[in-house]
Amino acid sequence: MTFEEIQKQAKSDWDSLYHGEVPHILIGTATCGRAAGALPVVEAFNKELATRNAQAKVTEVGCIGLCSLEPLVTIIKPGSFTVCYNSVTPQVVSTLVEGYVLGDDPCLELALGTVEGGEGEAVYIPELSKFEHELRLILRNCGYINPGNINHYIVNGGYNGLAKALKMEPMAIIEEVKKSGLRGRGGAGFPTGIKWELCRQASSEIKYVICNADEGDPGAFMDRVVLESDPQQVIEGMIVAGYAVGARDGFIYIRAEYPLAIERLKVALEQAEKLGLLGDSILGSDFSFHIKIAQGAGAFVSGAETALMMAIEGKRSMPRPRPPYPVESGLWGKPTLLNNVKTYAYVPLILSHGAEWFSSMGSEGSKGTAVFALAGKMVNTGLAEVAMGTTLQELIFDIGGGIWGGKQFKAVQIGGPSGGCLPQSMLDTPVDFDSLREAGAIMGSGGVIAMDEGNCMVDAAKFFLDFTQKESCGKCTTCRLGTKQMLDILEDVTAGRGRIEDVDLLVELAEDVRDGSLCGLGRTAPNPVLTTIRYFRDEYEAHILEKRCPALVCKELIAYYILPDKCERGCEHCVLGCPVEAITTNEKGIKVIDQTKCTKCGSCELVCPPEYNAVVRLSPPSLVPSSQVKESDGVIPEEK
Amino acid sequence: MEELKQQLAEILTPDRKDRSQLIPILQQIQGKLGYLSPEAMLAVAEFVEIPGSTVYGIATFYNQFRFTPLGKHPVKVCMGTACHLAGGKLVLEAMARELDIEVSGITPDHDFSLDRVACIGCCALAPVVVIDDSVYPRMTPPKVEEVLVSVKPASQEQSEKQ
Ligand SMILES: Cc1cc2nc3c(=O)[nH]c(=O)nc-3n(C[C@H](O)[C@H](O)[C@H](O)COP(=O)(O)O)c2cc1C
Ligand code: FES
Repeated sequence: MTFEEIQKQAKSDWDSLYHGEVPHILIGTATCGRAAGALPVVEAFNKELATRNAQAKVTEVGCIGLCSLEPLVTIIKPGSFTVCYNSVTPQVVSTLVEGYVLGDDPCLELALGTVEGGEGEAVYIPELSKFEHELRLILRNCGYINPGNINHYIVNGGYNGLAKALKMEPMAIIEEVKKSGLRGRGGAGFPTGIKWELCRQASSEIKYVICNADEGDPGAFMDRVVLESDPQQVIEGMIVAGYAVGARDGFIYIRAEYPLAIERLKVALEQAEKLGLLGDSILGSDFSFHIKIAQGAGAFVSGAETALMMAIEGKRSMPRPRPPYPVESGLWGKPTLLNNVKTYAYVPLILSHGAEWFSSMGSEGSKGTAVFALAGKMVNTGLAEVAMGTTLQELIFDIGGGIWGGKQFKAVQIGGPSGGCLPQSMLDTPVDFDSLREAGAIMGSGGVIAMDEGNCMVDAAKFFLDFTQKESCGKCTTCRLGTKQMLDILEDVTAGRGRIEDVDLLVELAEDVRDGSLCGLGRTAPNPVLTTIRYFRDEYEAHILEKRCPALVCKELIAYYILPDKCERGCEHCVLGCPVEAITTNEKGIKVIDQTKCTKCGSCELVCPPEYNAVVRLSPPSLVPSSQVKESDGVIPEEK
Repeated sequence: MEELKQQLAEILTPDRKDRSQLIPILQQIQGKLGYLSPEAMLAVAEFVEIPGSTVYGIATFYNQFRFTPLGKHPVKVCMGTACHLAGGKLVLEAMARELDIEVSGITPDHDFSLDRVACIGCCALAPVVVIDDSVYPRMTPPKVEEVLVSVKPASQEQSEKQ
């Protein structure tokens, strides 16, 4: 088939669904949708439509980035407007089928809003603050097309870039990528065109192209969403890369924790091969390219390029010194081009729309858009794509909707375990490679985690360091031992055993670890510690000097206490909810916590009915009135 | 042993005698047996023709592999960033207390095993726990018992049927 024929066939497939005669129901079933219960909703729709013998089609789509509102269902109705419903449960499915699929009632009380052709008072979704502030390039199809149907991708401009590329000289493609200003989205921001050129110049019969889908940052999920929602763009980008650098084989290295993404990739590869877009003699040309999937086995360091190649070769994935760079000597010693999932995803767009189009977006040194995973204490947790240079303020407040539960913003952690924590005063920092680095954080993987007044910055630093320390492969002494020593100090600080000299010692150790480590893991591991010291030194000091955790998080520095005048007395929630029977009732009927038994699990605070709110945390623990520390006189154990 | 050999035979096919197949082979074995037993690792070593210690060294390097059997209902508590900040550790502790086992352990009746995982990509629903293949969103220590009870009776019914 020629590409034109493929496009034509795709269009008729698409039109029959999206512009057909019968209603079309889109249900988001990416991992986030599934976690929120999307699959039972799909089942309920299928059943309801069957029992009512209703003419309608159901399509499973990916994630549009509103993870906190999943399961999301969109009903496209011929001759009427399109409505999107959030937090759908199987129980409301029959209402929706009866109301809007069969009838004329759009059930707006259940809807998030309308998508096309608004209706009076209903919210018009594209005008929601989130979407107004976003600029969607690689997320444009996510949640809209069926990731399991290549035709949907093709209709929306897919494989145009490849068709165009195959008519170009490889060097011309590389020039175009260079001109676009695209920088790698895997964290370091290396100029993509230059990497491609270096790989092209390496002389070897055999070369490899690898897609890094290891996404090891424990709080980032952009690559997962892209692969689950629109995998073809990544495949297309890899094929173009293979043609440009002169490789015939590609690997996608993907973490095993992403079973759905792996499944969808497999389907996507099969479909591309069937249409002759992948495999031998692509689109009738003399260029052949094959892609295999390699599954990661859960090691953060495997995401580092030289370590990743060791993992594919079946070895312990430890980074090695560079040079030689992978573009000269990579997988099995052959020149290897390695890019992140999103980097490849931009390539087809750059080729079809041109380098100028791409470089017209973004900021001075960082062109195009960036995709972020918004998590933590934000209202709209999920995914967002914004022009490079957008400020953190816009990202967290206009798109993320601000802090959840009316709490106060405290810090944003950006870039994962290699990144940093930035305070309120840094919220006008633009998100691009250079500005973030200056602020002490990094673009990194793209995980953005908001923290509120209830999060302890020392605890957060300890969390990240605990992660990198465990994930250190152990090759470099400074990384292996330095991170351990830093972690020990942080343990001491959070346990109230810290000394004031420890803060400077941490900074000193951090510099040693940074300078003495081979790969990015060690070189960036100190960032969370350094930024929290830089911006939240007062919290370290409170832990050390006052034995107090201002956020009331660090277990050793807090005590749970039941406020006598708030305790309802008759209610037994905390007594029953305490797993270690540390709560008793005194002669006045007031509940009292035996501090010597309390394990600080927090159950009592959670089960105390909100109208009483009698359980509080105190720090330092010495604030608990001394008469209550132990079962003393006057406190009688609860009657059996 | 004979049983193990048979189980492995399907995985250790002659076309896979290649070093780059080592990790995929181990992944498949774990998928089938739930963990990597010493016997299984030795069989793989013999097959790929590398020392057993190398296989063990590689397997222990990667977090995915486990060396103790998996419970009938594997419980995984997310310890990723979002889940940590939302109180995931308290959930893990509650889980360990309720099951009366340590992390990476298994209950004496082999019904439950307990592990920690790093981010399963459901950060928007933090903190999360995964039991079997279901994700339990927005967990708290008081919910732990409830969730375990909802999983366990189902299993008892099953074993009664068998
Ligand atoms: C410890 C460590 C972990 C990394 N993890 C990832 C990852 O999960 N995904 C990724 O794309 N790059 C990761 N990188 C960066 C890669 O080494 C590499 O720079 C990147 O994949 C290159 O692609 P790019 O040029 O498209 O950015 C990691 C680096 C280090 C040091
Ligand atoms: S941190 Fe738990 S799912 Fe991401």
